[in-house]
Amino acid sequence: MIAFIVNRLFQSVLVMLAVALIAFVLFQFAGDPLTHLVGLDVPAEERERLRQELGFNDPLLVQYLRFIANSAQGRFGISYQFSRPVAEVIGVRIPATLELSFVAAALALGLGIPMGVYAAIHRGRPTSRLFLAVSLAGISLPSFFLGILLIYIFAVQLGVLPSFGRGETVAFGWWTSGFFSASGWKSLILPAITLGLFQLAFVMRLVQSEMLEVLRADFIRFARARGLRDRAVHYGHALRNTLIPLITVAGLQIGSITAFAIITETVFQWPGVGALFISAIRTVDIPVMAAYLLLVGFFFVVLNLAVDLLYLAVDPRLRVRGGDGAGH
Amino acid sequence: MAPPSASLAQGVAGGGVRAALLRAWDSDIAASFRSSWVTMAAAVLTLLFCLAALFGPPLLPTDPFDPATINLMDAFTPPVWHAEGSWRYLLGVDHQGRDILSAIVYGLRTSLGVGLAAVLLAMVSGVAVGLLSGYVGGALDAFIMRVADIQLSFPAILVALIVDGLLRGLLPRQTHADLGLIVVILAIAASNWVRFARTVRGSTMVERRKEYVQAAQLVGRGPVAIAVAHILPNISSPILVIATIDLGIAILQEATLSFLGVGMPPDQPSLGSLVEHGRNYLLSGEYWMALFPGAVLALLVLAVNLLGDWLRDVFNPKLR
Repeated sequence: MIAFIVNRLFQSVLVMLAVALIAFVLFQFAGDPLTHLVGLDVPAEERERLRQELGFNDPLLVQYLRFIANSAQGRFGISYQFSRPVAEVIGVRIPATLELSFVAAALALGLGIPMGVYAAIHRGRPTSRLFLAVSLAGISLPSFFLGILLIYIFAVQLGVLPSFGRGETVAFGWWTSGFFSASGWKSLILPAITLGLFQLAFVMRLVQSEMLEVLRADFIRFARARGLRDRAVHYGHALRNTLIPLITVAGLQIGSITAFAIITETVFQWPGVGALFISAIRTVDIPVMAAYLLLVGFFFVVLNLAVDLLYLAVDPRLRVRGGDGAGH
Repeated sequence: MAPPSASLAQGVAGGGVRAALLRAWDSDIAASFRSSWVTMAAAVLTLLFCLAALFGPPLLPTDPFDPATINLMDAFTPPVWHAEGSWRYLLGVDHQGRDILSAIVYGLRTSLGVGLAAVLLAMVSGVAVGLLSGYVGGALDAFIMRVADIQLSFPAILVALIVDGLLRGLLPRQTHADLGLIVVILAIAASNWVRFARTVRGSTMVERRKEYVQAAQLVGRGPVAIAVAHILPNISSPILVIATIDLGIAILQEATLSFLGVGMPPDQPSLGSLVEHGRNYLLSGEYWMALFPGAVLALLVLAVNLLGDWLRDVFNPKLR
């Protein structure tokens, strides 16, 4: 088990180094860094001196290691579009993204799991059919188009919900929260549905199909033969055994919320990190792009590690075998 | 004697074609196709969209990219069922006087074209990498599959966005607009090769141990010839399934990139860019600019996805 954890940790470090390399290459090929620092009128020998002083003449490996050391301390340089430190530009926007992702994930798991269980246990009922139809729509609708539809219905036609922004926020130190005002909650509803519906549909379909599979297993028939009540069979036996695939997929889905947040934030002009990344791509703001890359890479590495460790906690077989198979 | 035998041959050939068609109609695949009206509807819809993209432009009342056919006075005309609507513009007109229906047909062209090109590129590179990995094995295989695993742990649209951003970052600014199309295709292909590579690699490892491969090795055929000419034909049906499922994903990715403003250049709008332009007029009530292209996109993706699901179930119920 320790070998398994060490192996996964080692792999995580390798992934981070690779992501850092991509970000570093981005800087290397994006032209002479000196042009962003000094004016055109600076003479050549002065440029050469600065180049030497700032370390642009060092071997690439040294520069790469320095880049990693700086990034690890949160020094990503100055954003081209905002002329402010990247860490500051991103830091201000992190709470908006995290709050939106949290509500969307809660929506997806909190509604998706019960709906999936219901659709599996009560197969063929009209309610189950309705759930499945909704989930098909949730999977097929392009997420930006869903957002636009919601804006058209609830903001333009009915005029009950705002179509952009975060509403009123309350500051706690550097963290700004929209959870403490009515306009903050109202602004959250449409983006959270846009971001969460796909995940909800995905979780629901997964729970439903896994649960149906488990309900056919021998140990379920045996449990019924022992005279256990439906409740005990469904929740004590069947649901518990659908949890393992659910953890993997839920982990990956939470990860993909970060990616879809980029789209949702752009649709609703939500002042988060995803919208920042898009504007960085459009304006070729390389320091912001590189920092976002590292941030997302780190997030995914931690998430995958957490999923792997959760496996160990949920599936006792892996602890005995040492988990090299990891049951994917 | 020549004429009768020729006509006989023709008759046999004609009968052969008919028999083959009848046999195809009676086969398991066709039976499962006929038994599902959803699949048939999806096929008809996909076919309609493809036909519209291929042959639609000459039938349209206006060419949205030819300034001569555009009349700015018609800008913001609503769809035909509104009181101010006009039969010339069934689905309304946008802010620059372009007919929405025509724009949708041209957008459909771009979306389908980019999607097909990206899937083809992803397929060719993924299959090549998968054959290499599965046939050679060893450290190379371990390395390639590790890379594939890592990439799969990131969502595909994020990979496409990052590749798109990287290419934009690395290219000089002036070339962005010229290479926009290629950047988008490359970005989408780069995010989708993994599924092909993994599937092909798995099947190749199974096929590699079979007798026909050993026989080919014995008669002295080279590894490339064996992989391409002998193994590939035997593992092609899952590739077809993945390609169909991927087409839906690729179309959606292109639309998303274009919607985010980092996809197709402005002079080659796709369905995604049409939605993006129309979005700005949504709040003032001119819904047709955003909602119609979006609805066509949603229907197209849904139809292609349903076809892909059906193909997957037919060829291999276990392939998920």
